[in-house]
Amino acid sequence: MCADQAPPPHDASRRRAIEIFLGGGILASLASFLYPVLRYFVPPAVVDLGGDEVVAAKAGDLKPNSGKIFRFGSHPGLLILGSDGAYRALSATCTHLGCTVQYRSDLREIWCACHNGIYDLNGRNVSGPPPRPLTVFDVHERGDEIVVSRKREA
Amino acid sequence: MLSSLIRWLDERLDLEGLIAPFKHKTVPTHRFSYWYFFGGVTLFLFIIQVLTGILLLLYYRPGANEAYESVQYIMTRVQFGWLIRSIHAWAANLMIFTAFVHMFSVLFLKAYRKPRELTWVTGMLLLFLVMGFGFSGYLLPWNTLAFFATKVGTEMAGQVPFVGKAMMIFLRGGPEVTGATLTRFFGFHVAVLPGLVTVLIAMHLFFVQRQGMSVPPKIEAEWIANPSARREMKFFPNFALREMMAWYVAMGVLGALAAFFPWNLSTKADPFISAPAGIKPEWYFLFMFQTLKLIPSKVWFVDGEVLGILGCSLVGLLWMLLPFFENDKAGRSKAWITGLSIFALVYVVGMSVYGYLAQ
Repeated sequence: MCADQAPPPHDASRRRAIEIFLGGGILASLASFLYPVLRYFVPPAVVDLGGDEVVAAKAGDLKPNSGKIFRFGSHPGLLILGSDGAYRALSATCTHLGCTVQYRSDLREIWCACHNGIYDLNGRNVSGPPPRPLTVFDVHERGDEIVVSRKREA
Repeated sequence: MLSSLIRWLDERLDLEGLIAPFKHKTVPTHRFSYWYFFGGVTLFLFIIQVLTGILLLLYYRPGANEAYESVQYIMTRVQFGWLIRSIHAWAANLMIFTAFVHMFSVLFLKAYRKPRELTWVTGMLLLFLVMGFGFSGYLLPWNTLAFFATKVGTEMAGQVPFVGKAMMIFLRGGPEVTGATLTRFFGFHVAVLPGLVTVLIAMHLFFVQRQGMSVPPKIEAEWIANPSARREMKFFPNFALREMMAWYVAMGVLGALAAFFPWNLSTKADPFISAPAGIKPEWYFLFMFQTLKLIPSKVWFVDGEVLGILGCSLVGLLWMLLPFFENDKAGRSKAWITGLSIFALVYVVGMSVYGYLAQ
């Protein structure tokens, strides 16, 4: 076929059809490779094996006016034995940027070391950057175990 | 839009000059031309391995306590994880297969002769490295079969006189196959081997580009006798498009195998159980495995194992140096190499089948 001579019209449409089939086929193949790969990138949801209840400590583990971090599922929790002798349990994840908070016996408050956020013993954000209070959990003693559970929705 | 982008780049980087040699490059066309595709298909499968390997690295965790569980996680929890792993495993096997086909086709078409000795040597090194990939990758899921295959394989390295023991300890990361071995094999598999293979592939392709495709001597003789029979095709786009077609077919075969015969995982490795009955290495090691089994335990005063391993290593080394045994003048020496090649092919296939069927 001469290059400088325009192909007859039916030839051009045949070429067009081949282009559409070939291009469409390649695009469809690419899509079928990319789809599984894109889905593969998304990690499966983590199952929280913690359930709704956990033994946070044994009676006597904590001295009055002290606190400890315990595992609540895949998140850290903070158990505090106040100087009044009452147990309190809260989420230990700071509501500001997610650091793990600690009990400061000198302040008798909950303190986040990352940006100096302070919560009171009921989890209320009282000073510094935290925007929201900490989640409070239920605590009860079962034999010599200190059991922490999520608050039941009222 | 695309053409204006290309023009923009061309003005600055002289792309035309870069691809000019490819425009003039031609590929000889004859009745054996199809064998030229196997090298390209092997390269394609290697690219697939790099891509799926990177994907597997997103979830795989090396370590005796985690490896098996992470592969199990990939296969059961991650969306399409089973497919990615299955493609990686199948492409590995197909790649070793096409590499062997490529090696034998080069041998029978006599493409290894002067001036292509170095292409052959780099190709043989690549074949050894690809088998190393197979051996190291096989352990990574930390399942029972892999555990014992690695125990036996590294034990063999330990049989080599003088340096064997040190080599075995180097490979295992200790006197036994443990989590330390897994860590090492992981390092070899994802860092050391890919680096070496990439450099060698670059050399191999560079040699092929510089020298062009070899024409089998038989065809060359026919063309000299009858110059009008000489046929060539342009590398770009004629040959390149055909090569793409071959890649596409390879992709189809790979996808079908991976989807319809997903690779399984079997049970987790336990160093304190007995090896299961009928344990065998991967098919590409079977011909060596079977050879070693057939050698008596004592030959004269030498250990059969030692003799077999030294023999296999020596044959491998000589095979790599094969082009240097063929001088380009004599017609007689070529005949024995063809005979040897046929023998090698029959031996490898025969021993593999025998090994597969043997109890």
